[in-house]
Amino acid sequence: MTTTEAIPAAVASRVPGQRSRGVARTIKYVLLIGFALVVLLPAYVLFVTSFKGIGDATPTNAWKLPESWETAGWVRAWEQLGPALGRTFAMVIPASIISSVLGSMNGFVLSKWRFPGADVVFTLILFGMFIPYQAVMVPLVQLMGNLGVPSGVPSLIVLHVVYGLPITTLIFRNYYAGVPVELVEAARVDGAGMLRTYASIILPISAPAFVVVLMWQFTSAWNDYLFALFFSTSQNGPVTIALNFLASGQLQDYSASMAGALIASVPTLIIYILLGRYFVGGLMAGSVKG
Amino acid sequence: MSSTVPSAVKRPGRSQRPRRPRGRRPGGRGWVAPVLLILPTVIVIGVFVYGLIGSNIHTSLQDRHNIGPSQGFAGLDNYRDLFTDDDFIYSLRNLLLYTATFLVGTLSLGFLWAWLLERKARGESLFRAIYLFPMAVSFVASGVVWRWLLNNAEGDRASGLNRLFETLHLDFLQNPWWTNERWGILAIAVPAIWQLSGYVMALFLAGFRGIPEELREAARIDGASEWQLYRHVIFPQLSPVALSAIIIIGHMSLKVFDLIMAIAGQTNYTTQVPATQMWVEFTRGDYARSAAIGTVLLLIVAILIVPYLVSTYRQERRQ
Repeated sequence: MTTTEAIPAAVASRVPGQRSRGVARTIKYVLLIGFALVVLLPAYVLFVTSFKGIGDATPTNAWKLPESWETAGWVRAWEQLGPALGRTFAMVIPASIISSVLGSMNGFVLSKWRFPGADVVFTLILFGMFIPYQAVMVPLVQLMGNLGVPSGVPSLIVLHVVYGLPITTLIFRNYYAGVPVELVEAARVDGAGMLRTYASIILPISAPAFVVVLMWQFTSAWNDYLFALFFSTSQNGPVTIALNFLASGQLQDYSASMAGALIASVPTLIIYILLGRYFVGGLMAGSVKG
Repeated sequence: MSSTVPSAVKRPGRSQRPRRPRGRRPGGRGWVAPVLLILPTVIVIGVFVYGLIGSNIHTSLQDRHNIGPSQGFAGLDNYRDLFTDDDFIYSLRNLLLYTATFLVGTLSLGFLWAWLLERKARGESLFRAIYLFPMAVSFVASGVVWRWLLNNAEGDRASGLNRLFETLHLDFLQNPWWTNERWGILAIAVPAIWQLSGYVMALFLAGFRGIPEELREAARIDGASEWQLYRHVIFPQLSPVALSAIIIIGHMSLKVFDLIMAIAGQTNYTTQVPATQMWVEFTRGDYARSAAIGTVLLLIVAILIVPYLVSTYRQERRQ
């Protein structure tokens, strides 16, 4: 394959030979742009279809620009998704804040104020991050019923807090592992207890980790579909439920479905655009142990 | 460890492992408070993860196939039924095919993109942003457009990718996508790869950036060719990243659910996997069978995850 031969040459900027370097460079940018176009293709289809009129928004026209740009699809999508968007915010904001605060305290204890067996506890918590929720779902539905947590927003807040704890704990623990131990020791020598040390030494330097964790939790709770399906109905469910209902309906309202998909993605895309650097940080933190 | 996958979060101060405080301050006073602070989480995780896993296994061993109470202990009957059911075997086969495709696709594209961007490329941040953005979108939202792109109509009625192939005179690429009984599940891997290759790229890019420039210089001064440089310096440095990527993508893949629900729906035969079957059995009220499928999924994921967690734990202990 020409590409695989060309790239090492492009990488090796000190390889002599101006011409071959130029060719490699060109291939590199052709590839980069080509891949970027492929990645953007679905976004293009979503965007143009959402502005098409009913007759124009047919599958065979998918790749064409709208005959006339209309916003009726957006209006129909907004009517269908509006209430669900409100519910999603009402669920995601408290869920991300609570799980982040708890994760911060856990992370502090597991990295800076340890106790015998802390590693075992940490590993056991970490496993919660990887379990397929299908393996707890049947008894979970019963348990939530027995606890009397109402379906919809309240249930989903509880679930996103509980099952968010492993990853928030992990991210904070890795972050606090980088805090010089002398800082904590000094506070101890001065007689500060655990909570004092946490509040006056650890919490003030936690802002960057909070940004990452809040974003991560916001995005994953916002995009969740599995818990939403088991613990809400189309009347009290979040936006993923409403969107799937809209898009898989008998009406085949393509422009509204596509507009709906865009509307449902706006909050997480805004976060991604504004805080992209931290977004990547969250991805990394989600990947490993520091 | 931390050097191979640096976080974008700036760590305050130098990243030195904490010495154990209890070594410095012997006696019991040191650990009562931290245990109390972490106790709520331990209890919650104990109940919601381990307790419920136990309860789920218990349900899976019962004769309980409707909303009524259990009709008694059934032993492994529910599992025996599952593994003699052609539909379930087909689901497992689908899961395996999907996971293999998804892993190979994201790892190779992610690596290629990271490689292209590794040395200063003009517009690097723009390309990175484009490759990564699908990650911010839910599978349900991207499923809306992918259901359309993967439409199975061909010829005059072709839409989606089939229409695109026709327009580009690449008709031989037209295919029935997810409605093909044998390979249809692979079509679901296409949007999954689209969505997560950027993530793998970000991991590899961080891996590349974590390799000190001196290492490359030293290898070049020793007369290493570009290939030797990669073979002996860069690949070994990237292998922890590759392992993380395999663990993350692999376990996500084994849990695939949203995407199938959004593209093909829950009752589509060609794209069924254990997770969608679990939901269908649950809505039918067959709790024992549903629980048994959940347990099988857990075992499959555990085979991948437990060795990883154990090795992480050992590394923690060593330090």
